[in-house]
Amino acid sequence: MAEPLLPKLTVAPPASPSATAPGPALIEINQLSLYYGAVRALKAISLPLQERVVTAFIGPSGCGKSTLLRCVNRMNDLIDSVRIEGGIRIGGHDIYHADVDVIELRKRVGMVFQKSNPFPKSIYENVAYGLRLHGTTKKSEVDAVVEQSLRSAALWEEVKDRQHSSALGLSGGQQQRLCIARAIAIKPEIILMDEPASALDPIATARIEDLILELKKDFTIVIVTHNMQQAARMSDFTAFFYLGELVEFDTTTKIFTNPAQKRTEDYVTGRFG
Amino acid sequence: MNEVRSQQPAGRSFRAEGFDYRSFFFSGLTGLATLLILAILGVILLNIVINGLPGLSWRFVSTIPKKDFFDLETTGVLPMIVGTTIRVLVMTIFVIPVGVITAIYLTEYAPNTSLVTRLLRAAVNNLAGVPSIVFGLFGLGFFINFIGKNLDALLHNPGPVWGQPAVLWASLTLAVMTLPVVIVATEESLKAIPTGLREASLALGATKLETIVKIVLPQALPGILTGGILAVSRAAGEVAPILFTGVAYYMASLPNKLTDQFMDLGYHVFVLSTQSPNIEQTRPLLYATVLVLLGLTFALNLVAIIIRARVRKKLRALN
Repeated sequence: MAEPLLPKLTVAPPASPSATAPGPALIEINQLSLYYGAVRALKAISLPLQERVVTAFIGPSGCGKSTLLRCVNRMNDLIDSVRIEGGIRIGGHDIYHADVDVIELRKRVGMVFQKSNPFPKSIYENVAYGLRLHGTTKKSEVDAVVEQSLRSAALWEEVKDRQHSSALGLSGGQQQRLCIARAIAIKPEIILMDEPASALDPIATARIEDLILELKKDFTIVIVTHNMQQAARMSDFTAFFYLGELVEFDTTTKIFTNPAQKRTEDYVTGRFG
Repeated sequence: MNEVRSQQPAGRSFRAEGFDYRSFFFSGLTGLATLLILAILGVILLNIVINGLPGLSWRFVSTIPKKDFFDLETTGVLPMIVGTTIRVLVMTIFVIPVGVITAIYLTEYAPNTSLVTRLLRAAVNNLAGVPSIVFGLFGLGFFINFIGKNLDALLHNPGPVWGQPAVLWASLTLAVMTLPVVIVATEESLKAIPTGLREASLALGATKLETIVKIVLPQALPGILTGGILAVSRAAGEVAPILFTGVAYYMASLPNKLTDQFMDLGYHVFVLSTQSPNIEQTRPLLYATVLVLLGLTFALNLVAIIIRARVRKKLRALN
């Protein structure tokens, strides 16, 4: 179907009462549209994301879920042709306002990427990188945070004796946990995860999932996933996207057992996508 | 489906249909071309080494010659070795920072599709195609007559200090000439750094500058040094750009400041082969001088190659 010339007023259904129950949302996405040049990749998305829960973004490839995720820490700023309408508020502050410091934003909103991307430095230096950037230079302090972060990322026991060897010598799963340790070392409030386990084997995936459930106590987590079971197992809320639109957003239980929309049901039951 | 399958012959063999003349001819052609280049290089090197070696001695490379330097028994090439070395080193000091910073601008900051960026890239590529004698004239016009003369006027120098040929101006002219080499090599190595690494750094709240300095440049260092090596190789043997900008026919002493003129191995080869009163008598001297020039170029390259090998080793320990 051709793209309508005039944007539709809204496509996002009102969130059900259960979705907003725990209190005011930490992240409020409000009528967000994103254009790559003339192509409208996200269509007026409105979505409240709660504090200290796991929210999963699901949907077929190209539906815009990763693009939306990258709007939350403004990683899309790096792409020249991107234009954004509408806004995102975190803790009430508009992160697209002209006087927002993107550096400060990214300190508070960490990110873990689909492809693990440790720096070609030692394990220790990978975790210490963010700390040093933001002014922690005292060795004892850095040491302590590195250990604590590696412990939180369930990696400490495996690497404590070789912290100063290259991070690139780790297995894929360990590298991804190192990237998580690196992200939490600078104590963000929110962690965005873009299909963090998609390149890992089932055992490494299970470890990452356990870790995410553990991290949920301290961090607000938004995770993009292609894996339905993963979304069902780990998340408290699920948003289903299709062709740049938010089709449905609700508690994960509701999305997977009794979705309001036919398209959601078809997708989560594997009938398309 | 089954029908199609059953139509295929059951016992088809994997034997070739016949001799593949085209592949044989083509691979032979590439081999011959390579052999030709090796042969040319071999003839040049052998010729120089065989004819130059007898004239080479410690006295030859450590003597400052008298004005009449056409006799192999008494002359030496120390000032030329010193002059060529200094001009290559000073050039390197200028060309690497400027080239690297330009490459960083072009790859990291300049909007890729804008007209200005495209013009800049075209300018860099065109710079590489300018004949070296034109660089020599440019150096004379810009560095000596414009910058040097104005500097003298500004400093109220009684006579020309900056506004005359000097090793500094020759080096700067060479730096301008080799700039494209460094820029292109650096750009290529910057582009080879995965986007994931940059994104990881930025997502941790690093600024673009911090990301470039701490993540991108260390990884790109071997590529940058390759650019340096290419620039040194190109510059060491060049004569045209220094012709009007600093080289001297004869100097009784070694240069001791950047505003001094200097003697140069490449230029000296030209002088020996065109100004000699007796060309037959000068020939052994000419060969020895060329051999020294080759050796010096090789040595300067070797230094850069050793530095690069060390950096690579350091990086490989982490990769």
